[in-house]
Amino acid sequence: MRDEHARAYWKANVRILTILMSIWFFISFVCGILLADFLDNFRFAGFKLGFWIAQQGSIYVFVLIILVYLVWMDRLDARYARDKKDAAEKRPTEDQA
Amino acid sequence: MSVQIWTYIFVVLSFGLYIGIAIWSRAKSTNDFYVAGGGVHPLANGMATAADWMSAASFISMAGLISFLGRDGAFYLMGWTGGYVLLALLLAPYLRKFGKFTVPDFIGDRYYSNSARLVAIFCAISVSFVYVCGQMQGAGIVFSRFLEVDITTGVIIGMTIVFFYAVMGGMKGITYTQVAQYCVLIFAYLVPAIFISLMMTGNPIPQLGFGSELTPEYGGGYLLDRLDNLSMDLGFAAYTEGLRPTQDVFFITAALMFGTAGLPHVIIRFFTVPSVRDARKSAAYALVFIAILYTTAPAVAAFAKMNLLNTVNNATYEELPGWFSTWETTQLISFDDINADGVVQYSGDAAVNELTVNRDIMVLANPEIAGLPNWVVALVAAGALAAALSTAAGLLLVISTAISHDLLKRSLMPGITEKQELLYARLSIFVAILIAGYFGINPPGFVAEVVAFAFGLAAASFFPAIVLGIFYRGMNRQGAISGMLAGFFFTAAYIVYFKFISPESSTAEHWWFGISPEGIGTLGTFINTAVALTVNRFYPAPPKAVQDMVDEIRLPG
Repeated sequence: MRDEHARAYWKANVRILTILMSIWFFISFVCGILLADFLDNFRFAGFKLGFWIAQQGSIYVFVLIILVYLVWMDRLDARYARDKKDAAEKRPTEDQA
Repeated sequence: MSVQIWTYIFVVLSFGLYIGIAIWSRAKSTNDFYVAGGGVHPLANGMATAADWMSAASFISMAGLISFLGRDGAFYLMGWTGGYVLLALLLAPYLRKFGKFTVPDFIGDRYYSNSARLVAIFCAISVSFVYVCGQMQGAGIVFSRFLEVDITTGVIIGMTIVFFYAVMGGMKGITYTQVAQYCVLIFAYLVPAIFISLMMTGNPIPQLGFGSELTPEYGGGYLLDRLDNLSMDLGFAAYTEGLRPTQDVFFITAALMFGTAGLPHVIIRFFTVPSVRDARKSAAYALVFIAILYTTAPAVAAFAKMNLLNTVNNATYEELPGWFSTWETTQLISFDDINADGVVQYSGDAAVNELTVNRDIMVLANPEIAGLPNWVVALVAAGALAAALSTAAGLLLVISTAISHDLLKRSLMPGITEKQELLYARLSIFVAILIAGYFGINPPGFVAEVVAFAFGLAAASFFPAIVLGIFYRGMNRQGAISGMLAGFFFTAAYIVYFKFISPESSTAEHWWFGISPEGIGTLGTFINTAVALTVNRFYPAPPKAVQDMVDEIRLPG
């Protein structure tokens, strides 16, 4: 059950999660809380940047993170299915040889 | 037509809709009853999850909380949306792949132990129970204020409706009513917000409106700048500045995030879709639907604060608009003319302040304060009821499945037939409704306090146990159980100490590391994880079958 494809799939999955969770942490905890006072020095329209990230921007980024995850995982799933199929087709010929 | 008549029309229409759906979607098997047959479309599940999630507190109280907290209010916004990222990335797909009915199912099977299952049942029931009492109370308040029936009648009407579709349809009935309830509540939230944004800034999109300039009738200038100045003139802090200690905001945000991801009534929604891919998809839909309300809320908060300050401050009492006296009778707003000049002075200085405002008024009375048409004012009641009832139903289902499935079928009476199990499920939901209704009518003082802490408890008990169960194959039952118990009791003890035993000492200098009881769930989560990993080292790894199961849930499909 724990073949190389499964291992590769899980490794790729964990990599995706690490990247996306880092963005999640950065936008909410770093920009929205820790650096909010500093970012408030920048403005666009009527918003101070730190305030906007805390009350608006972070939520939009959260939505984007989940959407990217969705597309990324679909691709990863497809590649895993293809690899498994290829492997299944290859094996009988190897046996004959 | 008067607000009252419009309110009756909207409430009766929406309730008729819920009952219609209940009759159409009766549950025939335990599979229907627990997970709606596992065949819910991800879009429908996304809406249902959003309605399940957004409670009376989100609808009625959140914008008001933000308008009095200013920038710090962001911990509710980020906490209650950011938790969905955790849910979507770390939990939902794997739990769907696991493919059973409940959270205690997962904990019990993954940690190959009935004690772990019992701990999970205990946590699930206590978390859900505190939460559901708050919903019933919310429904009762809305009934009494908008329809002028007393709270008892209001709660009984609410209970009857929930009883009807939850007992008949189980998860199936709940899911499809929640879809309808989402539509009702989001419409009721957006329409007044759009109206007010247009009126005050000329921009129909509230999310942009609160960063725009005010129209000349409102005096021009950027809304948030005006709000900052106005607040400071009255002796309050500037609206867009943070007041709370940074580490406290950090910990509260994290506690709400971990808690969101650990709440059983949200997690079980992902058991209802057909596949892992659909679980991911419906998590995405859910967050989009939730984000619509959560990005509107801070705009509503700013508009409402501005309107309140403009209308009420330095107005003579006789000249105040009609809504003031309406809400005065409900005691949500009160005027105490200290210097007896007949003029309202609103101030950050307690010695001269004459106005007391309950935060809930910022949503409930917002359309009236802004002078919107009667039908818009009336929408709020239907929306608030949809929010309260949808969340209540989801929570009642968790309680009922915890009893009939986890406790009876899986632990105490494994021999019962499916028919008997279904009967027990319906019976336990019935009893749960009665108890919740009782506490809705006679709210013990602690309910409102404790609802916020349900998050801390969920964070400190479930979240680490589930995440470790998926991402750490070697985690054994001794580690997981001791972690859950340590996290739960540490968090509960801290909250009970500062909220009930010694509330007078609940100030920043007495808190550990400056963390308020609202944020302590984060520390509880860390303690849970640390204890689990430490204890894990002294006991053997889980059996091969369990490790294989973990491998299996990690794979697609």
